[in-house]
Amino acid sequence: MDAFFALANGMAVALQPLNLLYALIGVLLGTAVGVLPGIGPALTVALLLPVTYKLDPGGSLIMFAGIYYGGMYGGSTTAILINTPGESASMATALEGNKMAKAGRGGPALATAAIGSFVAGTIATIGLAFLAPWLVDFAVNFGPEDYFALMCVAFVTVSATFGSSPIRGLTSLFIGLTLGLVGIDKLTGQARLAFGIPELLDGVEVTTLAVGLFAVGEALYVVSRRHHSEEKLEPVRGSLWMTKQDWQRSWKPWLRGTMIGFPIGALPAGGAEIPTFLSYSTEKRLTKYPEEFGKGAIEGVAGPEAANNASAAGTLVPLLTLGLPTSATAAMMLAGFQQYGLNPGPLLFAERPELVWGLIASLFIANVMLLVLNLPLVGLWVKLLAIPQPWLYAGILVFATTGTIAAKPSVVELSMLAGFGVMGFLMRRFDFPIAPVVIGLILGPIAESQLRRAMSISLGDPMALLQSPMSATLLAIALIALVAPFVMQGLGRFRANED
Amino acid sequence: MSELPQGSASRRVDPAGIVIAVVLAGLAAVLVWDASQLQSNNPYGMGPHVMPVVIAAGLGILAIGNLVEALRGHLPARESADPKAVWLILGGLALLIAIIGLGGGFIPATTALFATTATAFGRRAILTDLAIGFVLTTLIYLAFSRLLTLSLPAGPLERLF
Repeated sequence: MDAFFALANGMAVALQPLNLLYALIGVLLGTAVGVLPGIGPALTVALLLPVTYKLDPGGSLIMFAGIYYGGMYGGSTTAILINTPGESASMATALEGNKMAKAGRGGPALATAAIGSFVAGTIATIGLAFLAPWLVDFAVNFGPEDYFALMCVAFVTVSATFGSSPIRGLTSLFIGLTLGLVGIDKLTGQARLAFGIPELLDGVEVTTLAVGLFAVGEALYVVSRRHHSEEKLEPVRGSLWMTKQDWQRSWKPWLRGTMIGFPIGALPAGGAEIPTFLSYSTEKRLTKYPEEFGKGAIEGVAGPEAANNASAAGTLVPLLTLGLPTSATAAMMLAGFQQYGLNPGPLLFAERPELVWGLIASLFIANVMLLVLNLPLVGLWVKLLAIPQPWLYAGILVFATTGTIAAKPSVVELSMLAGFGVMGFLMRRFDFPIAPVVIGLILGPIAESQLRRAMSISLGDPMALLQSPMSATLLAIALIALVAPFVMQGLGRFRANED
Repeated sequence: MSELPQGSASRRVDPAGIVIAVVLAGLAAVLVWDASQLQSNNPYGMGPHVMPVVIAAGLGILAIGNLVEALRGHLPARESADPKAVWLILGGLALLIAIIGLGGGFIPATTALFATTATAFGRRAILTDLAIGFVLTTLIYLAFSRLLTLSLPAGPLERLF
């Protein structure tokens, strides 16, 4: 019952007028960037970090969480109406949703997406509220070697296990880890990889990296293949409301999507693509209307949309309780905590309960706001899609550079931004995943400092990593997760040869 | 970009992949060289040079892995790209950096970026776009300096406000 009490206290914090305002700004911004192609929640949080530097930490974090949730809602609108998912998490939604819109059922598709997101977001946030204290009690006994092992698991699962190519995912991760080395070593005061450039002594700013990779890289990529794609906006025709049959066909997929999305989000597996596609294939298998799949089946929208919101809440579990980000947006939120000198984890629950529980409680409020705002305002969101592409991307680049200029108006920093932009472009072109770079940069230095702490406790004996049962288990999991995709690939190739 | 092989070059050696592998190996070499410059007088525990060497080893292995993929032609297929548009945006970024570096101020720098980006995306109305960019960036400048009290670099133009 502790969780109830803590949550009630959190609700009191979240209901303060100023925090309500932050949540409202967050969900509006989040929905807008979710709708717009080219910018997602991770980039938005990155852009806002320098701007919110002077604001109240609790309020800003509530706003960031609102952006995260709002981005998940907004992405579905784009996916349904123009078949261009704003987020990779909405790719499954686009499959059936766009077909529904073409058949004149865009309204019910948007409605089942919004209501399903609300149901899933609410259930998953309850899950977060009850799972978090339990995990905190568990994590409080973690030693530095256990944290190091846990981060190894996250590194491997985020980059290798679930991507399209483990080699490319790991390459992205190691580029991020390399960037994390840059700067003064905190323990000995020696500069690493700074090459005598004073701006590099502070290390690579996570915002510069994220904005370069996500905003500049995306703009360069989109412009390079502009001549390929024709986007067509489907007008929302007919009723916005769901019929009785729509409700009957939607509620089970919502719940199943939640059950799939939340646990996968909470595990350090990274990203919302896996649960959404898993939910899509589950609904396809269970549906009573298999003939409609591929032509606009409402189950194929309801399930994945619920799954992606539930997984967004799920990612907050390791982020808040262990300080472990498993998606790009979660990594940017961790950077948000760090900018105020806060480190998510068991200690934060003990020291700043009002902040953590205020944040969790605000998620319920954000969900209600999104449900109330989204359906009536869908016409407004659709208008955002009418912004001509040249101005949209010109505006994105202006905002992107403004963030960096505001934080560090130096030629070196801006050159790094441009350099990371080129890197982001090349990575997209050669199909290297982006999120592991950001996670490597932000988590690499933390993993190193935990490892060095463990080593100085054990007087330099590396066997200490295996003597703690917890860290030995986690390292074994990391090893299995690292080897598994290569083994499976080998098996797949073997089978392919047999055919 | 355009000089890269286009379309699906499956089962053929991919030169771009070899370049990636060489770059990764070079990065690993830089890490090892940089780590060798560090002093490590830490009798207990782990010095600052250990992690760079571990990461360099990982990069070295990945360089080999990428090389194998390239030799097997396993790189994903790429669509043709429009290099002119990419260079135009990069030119806009260079212009922005130059204007900020030379003290020209925030508004001219970001206005230049806005106009070049819009042009890269196919607009052919540079004067209109300069005007739109100017209005947008002026509003951003005022919002930052007045509402958020964050200072953006000021040039001759910004000092008028």
